[in-house]
Amino acid sequence: MLWYLGRRLLQVIPVFLGATLLLYAMVFLLPGDPVAALGGERGLPQAVQDQIRERYNLDKPFLVQYLLFLQGVFTLDFGVDFRGREIMDVIASALPVTFKLAVMALVFEAILGIGFGLVAGMRKGGWFDGSVLVMSLFVIAVPTFVIGFVLQFVVGVQLGWLPVTAGRDPGFRSLLMPAVVLGAVSFAYVLRLTRTSVAENLSADYVRTARAKGLRRSQVTGRHVLRNSLIPVVTFLGADLGSLMSGAIVTEGIFNINGVGGTLFDAITRGENVTVVSLTTVLVLIYIAANLIVDLLYAALDPRIRYA
Amino acid sequence: MPENRYAPVPRPGQEHFTAPVDEGGLGAVDAVSTSEAPSSFWRESWGEMRRRPMFWVAAAIILLVVVVAAFPGLFTSLGPRQCTLAQSLAGPQPGHPFGFDFQGCDIYSRTMYGARASVLVGVLATAMVIVFGTTIGAVAGYYGGWFDTILSRLTDIFFAVPIVLAAIVVMSVTTNRTSFSVAFVLALFGWTSIARITRGTVLSVKNNEFVTAARSLGMGRGAILVKHVLPNAAAPIIVYATVALGTFIVAEATLSFLGIGLPPNVVSWGGDISKAQNSIRVAPEILFYPAGGLALTVLGFIMMGDVVRDALDPKARKR
Amino acid sequence: MTTQFPVTSGSPLSDGETRPTEQPLLEIRDLAVSFTTAAGEVKAVRGADLTVYPGQSVAIVGESGSGKSTLAHAIIDLLPGTGKVTGGSIQFDGRELVGLDRSEIEHLRGRDIGLVPQDPMSNLNPVWRIGTQIEEALKANGFQGGRRERKERVSGLLAEAGLPDAERRARQYPHEFSGGMRQRSLIAIGLAARPKLLIADEPTSALDVTVQRQILDHLEVLTRELGTAVLFITHDLGLAAERAEHLVVMFKGRVVESGPARQILADPQHPYTQRLVSSAPSLASRRIQVAHEQGEQSGELLARHADQEATRVPDVVVTRNLTKVFQIRGARPGSSVDFTAVDDVSFSLKRGTTLALVGESGSGKSTAANMVLGLLEPTSGTVEFDGVDVSTLGTKELFAFRRRIQPVFQNPYGSLDPMFSIYRSIEEPLRLHGVGNKKQREARVRELLDMVSLPQSAMRRFPNELSGGQRQRIAIARALALKPEVIVLDEAVSALDVLVQAQILELLGDLQDELGLSYLFITHDLAVVRQIADSVVVMQNGKVVEHAPTDEVFDNPREQYTRDLLAAIPGARLEGAELAG
Repeated sequence: MLWYLGRRLLQVIPVFLGATLLLYAMVFLLPGDPVAALGGERGLPQAVQDQIRERYNLDKPFLVQYLLFLQGVFTLDFGVDFRGREIMDVIASALPVTFKLAVMALVFEAILGIGFGLVAGMRKGGWFDGSVLVMSLFVIAVPTFVIGFVLQFVVGVQLGWLPVTAGRDPGFRSLLMPAVVLGAVSFAYVLRLTRTSVAENLSADYVRTARAKGLRRSQVTGRHVLRNSLIPVVTFLGADLGSLMSGAIVTEGIFNINGVGGTLFDAITRGENVTVVSLTTVLVLIYIAANLIVDLLYAALDPRIRYA
Repeated sequence: MPENRYAPVPRPGQEHFTAPVDEGGLGAVDAVSTSEAPSSFWRESWGEMRRRPMFWVAAAIILLVVVVAAFPGLFTSLGPRQCTLAQSLAGPQPGHPFGFDFQGCDIYSRTMYGARASVLVGVLATAMVIVFGTTIGAVAGYYGGWFDTILSRLTDIFFAVPIVLAAIVVMSVTTNRTSFSVAFVLALFGWTSIARITRGTVLSVKNNEFVTAARSLGMGRGAILVKHVLPNAAAPIIVYATVALGTFIVAEATLSFLGIGLPPNVVSWGGDISKAQNSIRVAPEILFYPAGGLALTVLGFIMMGDVVRDALDPKARKR
Repeated sequence: MTTQFPVTSGSPLSDGETRPTEQPLLEIRDLAVSFTTAAGEVKAVRGADLTVYPGQSVAIVGESGSGKSTLAHAIIDLLPGTGKVTGGSIQFDGRELVGLDRSEIEHLRGRDIGLVPQDPMSNLNPVWRIGTQIEEALKANGFQGGRRERKERVSGLLAEAGLPDAERRARQYPHEFSGGMRQRSLIAIGLAARPKLLIADEPTSALDVTVQRQILDHLEVLTRELGTAVLFITHDLGLAAERAEHLVVMFKGRVVESGPARQILADPQHPYTQRLVSSAPSLASRRIQVAHEQGEQSGELLARHADQEATRVPDVVVTRNLTKVFQIRGARPGSSVDFTAVDDVSFSLKRGTTLALVGESGSGKSTAANMVLGLLEPTSGTVEFDGVDVSTLGTKELFAFRRRIQPVFQNPYGSLDPMFSIYRSIEEPLRLHGVGNKKQREARVRELLDMVSLPQSAMRRFPNELSGGQRQRIAIARALALKPEVIVLDEAVSALDVLVQAQILELLGDLQDELGLSYLFITHDLAVVRQIADSVVVMQNGKVVEHAPTDEVFDNPREQYTRDLLAAIPGARLEGAELAG
């Protein structure tokens, strides 16, 4: 188990370096000069531009820039943005809300997705299975932002059950609707994954052995069918936390939540490339960490992996 | 073994019994059926699909969307940019079944013309993903060794960057935004899944005995990959590609919705949804038409993916 | 111990004792089972009768698709998928089982009727410890006693099933067990609640022969001590006759013959049973053995070995000190362990004869075969083909060499490319080696299909339309396409049903006589070897244990391991008089 953990940690390092280099290159090597665009139509005087370039290391060769940036990442000091705010503070103010939102979405999709998927998988081909499957197709097909608008309009505006927008420092009630919207597509995937997995395990030999032992149906379902079906589902859910955080940008826009998405978008429009790269680096880190946790969860759930 | 193990007299119900030899077809234990038409894997899968109503629904949707995307002029005589501000948010009237949007453009014609952008980006991105992903996955899985180590790490790196995030970052700094560039960016960060799927399938196919048989005939490695391995690895790739087409269309719409996908002068469902959002309190139904077109298209591909998966799944077909 | 399960039963039946007043434990009458498929209703079992008395062992014998497993699963309502009992009755201990509701049948399972399933690899849940899975069986069937007593009982059951160090074993996971150990755990589960009847569904067919034998012996002793009735499901008539007193032979869902085991073996009435008795390799091998012991030359023996004595035949394949070392990843990252799969193996195959390479899984026999085929580079040692060291061949010569030696593999489902039509599969070698034009190639494909006794119309078909035996014929046709001198048969008949296996063996014999082929026949099944091979190489752990002519190996095995293998052939305990000719 320890070897397994160690090996996985070692594998993460090149992935992290590669991914950040990729992002950094995309932002800084692509055409377009953010500094020149800073002063609006007229532009800033050349001297000021040079000063800014020097401060942000933009005058140095690309690889040096990247290494200096990495140094910042490891010392948790990303520097300041064009407006003089500590980028670390900008991130720290945006991250918690998005994290809260993503976790709520994850809980929503896990509970409902596994529940519906289990019932549908146990009776594959029945009416419940059929209707749930059609519903999942629709949820996947209708884009998140459309679901968002419709829910906002119906539940928020017309019925007035939940707040229409979240605003500053949103609580559980304000985030409920955004979380459902954010988790909707993943919910459909969790449902389908659970359903397939349950249906497959239902005909597994060891399930028949369990029944032949004389176990009651509820015991067979819980201890053998569901337990084994959860392995791929938990894997999906873990990895999804990372995707939800970086995918929250649309949902945050609709419900006016000041999270990572809004901050990123703001930074993009202002040409704050350092902020963009720092923020995306943090998101990639979270994504990689989530995938690492998935691997550990996987090993915890499936004893065969631990010794591989 | 003691001789008396076998009861000298059979007990009731266990007397020697022989069934009459009237039936059972003992003559030919192993005969080839000559009555039915030969059926290859693809022909059988087709037979399987054909029987599902969902296949025909999905096929009809896809066909409709593709025809609309190719020839929008067949469905509407109005151009998508013939707008009169005076008609802003006007309701449906003869010749304008869906009414008008905020800028007074005919929503029906914009919905028809919007199909092209979605389908084009979806098809282009999927084609690129199949080319990148299959090549990388097949080479990594088939040749193994250093190829595999390097290509698998490369896949891990691209996998670690969430596709929407990467697309947002790249598209926001891209000045030349066209259907092709949007598709390229989506493909650049979307090929990893297909590479992983291909690698896994190739790894399992290459252990088959027919591959060893081909090797012992003296067939070269490259020829075996192309002739035997890839055709047998195609099924999961096709399944994934069908579904991926739908998700790329959603991704394009999301980018256009955020204003960093296709430029405003290109008619697209994502862009129209974004515009409709501004007048949602006054005229929520405007949102419905581009959103409906988008959802219908994606639904078509996802349903097709489901049908194709069921038909091509080797597990479901083995008896 | 405050358990309600007796460790041994009060009064086990002594052998052969009949009690006229005794009631049958299990009485199946006119049972019908159907599956609903897209094509309609498929009758898997029709009008089957079966009677089992307490403490008795009964075997159902049949090939795949005969309905034997379906019949067994119907008893405890574990039919897969859409399976349903559509008629007849199943009386167990005086109680009708057909139509019982779920909780009643759940109550019966484990407690009254235990099951030992077929494949030990897939029948244990990989995520739970072995001990936990046995404990479940105890808890579900009303075991009285606390946690500690339960744990003790689990260890007791494992020890009883023949697993030493049971306490530690109980804490391990299935993937840490070998196949034989898993099967023992499954036996422990099946017998945990001391059922009156144990259904053993091909309990050892996935295991190595020597392990098979040990487990069956153990099961026999155990059930006799406990007084448990056993219903064996098996495809091996020899095994059935040896282990059961009453046989039920099934074919295509019907019981074609049933009765006392000895009587059926000695005097089969139904044509199907007759064919089964004459084809079963274990029985055929035993017949030759008995004939030898009685100093007779059996007819089947003479035919195959006659011509080879007369002339001195040259060797076509010779291996000298062949060794293959694989580097496998060690327990720690970066470390590697050398694993010697084939260790200093020398043997020779005479032209026009059959050499059998026999060994259990892991013996290195397939690795050796792959080196002979030139698919794997030996670590050291040489393979000589027709006097030429294969490793010295250049690219072109190697390509030419491949025409002279061709393989046929075990798995009839994996040996043909499912995307290729039969025609393309057989034509591929011809086209690759540039033999003839299109027309000539087609003529050759037709000729080859004739050779393997398949209709020429089969060439438009695809592998998935053919049965296992037919695919194997196609694989043989493909191997023959380039007119090779040597064919390597890697477990080529192991996956086939008995009768089909007999047909393929016959075909191979005919082709050898006709074309002068030499066979390197790789197998784990000594019984088959007796029928086909001229000489035998016995391998164990990568080394050659014994290399001698077939008769010598069977009549005077020199090594203990060979003797173990021979003893493991089912039917070794049967007497000459019990074997119909």
